[in-house]
Amino acid sequence: MNIRVADVDAKSVGRIDIADVSISLGEGSDAFEAVSGLDFAIAPGELVCILGPSGCGKSTLLGALAGHLPITAGRLEIDGQKVQGPSPDRGMVFQQHTLFPWKRVRDNVAFGPKMRGLARRERDRAADTILKLVGLSGFEAFYPAQLSGGMQQRVEIARVLINQPRVLLMDEPFSALDAQTRAMMQEVLLDILGKIPTTTVFVTHDIDEALFLADRIVVMSARPGRVIEDVVLPFARPRSHDLVTEPEFVRLKRHVMQLLRRPEGSEPLARLSPLGV
Amino acid sequence: MAIVIQARPAGIRWVIRGLSILACIALWQVASTTHLNLGIVTFRNVPPPVEVVQSAVALFRSPKLTAHITSSLWRVLAGYGAAVVIGVILGFAIGRSRAASDLLLPPLELLRPIPAVAWIPLSILMFPSSELSMIYITFIGALFPIVLNTVHGVANVDRRLVASARSLGAGGFAILTQVVLPDAAPSIVTGLAIGMGTSWFCLVTAEMISGQFGIGYYTWEAYTLQNYADIIVGMLIIGLLGMGSSWLLTTAGRLLMPWRNPRVAR
Repeated sequence: MNIRVADVDAKSVGRIDIADVSISLGEGSDAFEAVSGLDFAIAPGELVCILGPSGCGKSTLLGALAGHLPITAGRLEIDGQKVQGPSPDRGMVFQQHTLFPWKRVRDNVAFGPKMRGLARRERDRAADTILKLVGLSGFEAFYPAQLSGGMQQRVEIARVLINQPRVLLMDEPFSALDAQTRAMMQEVLLDILGKIPTTTVFVTHDIDEALFLADRIVVMSARPGRVIEDVVLPFARPRSHDLVTEPEFVRLKRHVMQLLRRPEGSEPLARLSPLGV
Repeated sequence: MAIVIQARPAGIRWVIRGLSILACIALWQVASTTHLNLGIVTFRNVPPPVEVVQSAVALFRSPKLTAHITSSLWRVLAGYGAAVVIGVILGFAIGRSRAASDLLLPPLELLRPIPAVAWIPLSILMFPSSELSMIYITFIGALFPIVLNTVHGVANVDRRLVASARSLGAGGFAILTQVVLPDAAPSIVTGLAIGMGTSWFCLVTAEMISGQFGIGYYTWEAYTLQNYADIIVGMLIIGLLGMGSSWLLTTAGRLLMPWRNPRVAR
């Protein structure tokens, strides 16, 4: 299947530049700085996990990348273009699925192409193709409420990827799933991204998840969120869950845990939403 | 000690329900034939069910029935129909736009506590025909529940769904038709159902006061002409019409929103 436009080299799209970015949330006396002075770049095709304690502003950064939140300082660019408002170029997957309950799976997935004005026949064909790729053939005519949590997130991913986005933004997409489904979905995601290479920013607070999925982990501090370390992972692909018992994995995990250790006596913060406070 | 309620087979339960209704009718028959007087309420002028059935048969054979029912149905259709169109449009405007809400909500909130029936004298003065004033009463009765439920549904649309639709390339109009409308639909249908009930209630009252033809008028006329059995026939027909129209609404709602019952729809 050819999801990408043939003459565009997959390696050339999806560069993210985050330069000195700060984001404030709230109004008046409730305003606070959610993230401060973030400064890093993500290469085309890279899978970067942003890891940090709850409330550190990692979802806020994702919301800004998606165009749902304005930045207060700095520069946010995708392929040299300033982020301005939401766009199908930047696909977003939320923690809880945002499928339209009144649309069947196929119509949910075909929503982006429909907005682009594609005829029903073509957009249905495109939707069925990508549904097959995420392993949901046979569920095209179901309503979202008839699917399990893992299947709903697969539809969500298909609905975003059908638009051939430059970047895929994922906000703790598997954290609401049970452990077994979560592990399966991590493998499903890597498999999908192997077939449709897309720059991915994956926000999580699960260290194992970040280590298993990412090319690189950006570790953030508590509020206001700052980058405390940028860890490049040496693990080869394709990966399987046997990886989690390898000594290098365990060593890195111990290192990241050290970075994220909360100061004695401090309370965890409330989760922030990529849509604001 | 635990009380054990034994489950009865469905068939027997239906028999019990049927017997309950028959028992009520039998009590009514006894009370009215013996002219039962309980002091504060008397059955002296209440016709027994047998007479009511005879009156009903006579009415069903006469051409009067169709005339009464069609004029009532037409008034509901016109008044309620106008309330649906205007109510849903107002509800969308108020629920989606702060300016529209500031502009339209204060006068509506002032008028809302006035029961539609209290409009009857003024509406007779305001409209050139009693026909139009009755339609107006029906309209005003249905309007507020429809507006308020539409506002509720539209204003409480899941903002995550709206954000997602934007990210998928939806513009303002597509968000309105593809996200806001279906998300608000259950609430709108609730408003339509409540509005249907109040509009029948208002219509019957208006017909009793200023009507010529119409099922409310028929019922009141039966009282003034002392055809007491006809009063009850009129009451029963009003009940049936109300029940039928709300059944139509819930059925339409179910057909238009198959996702609300996904186990059946596939």
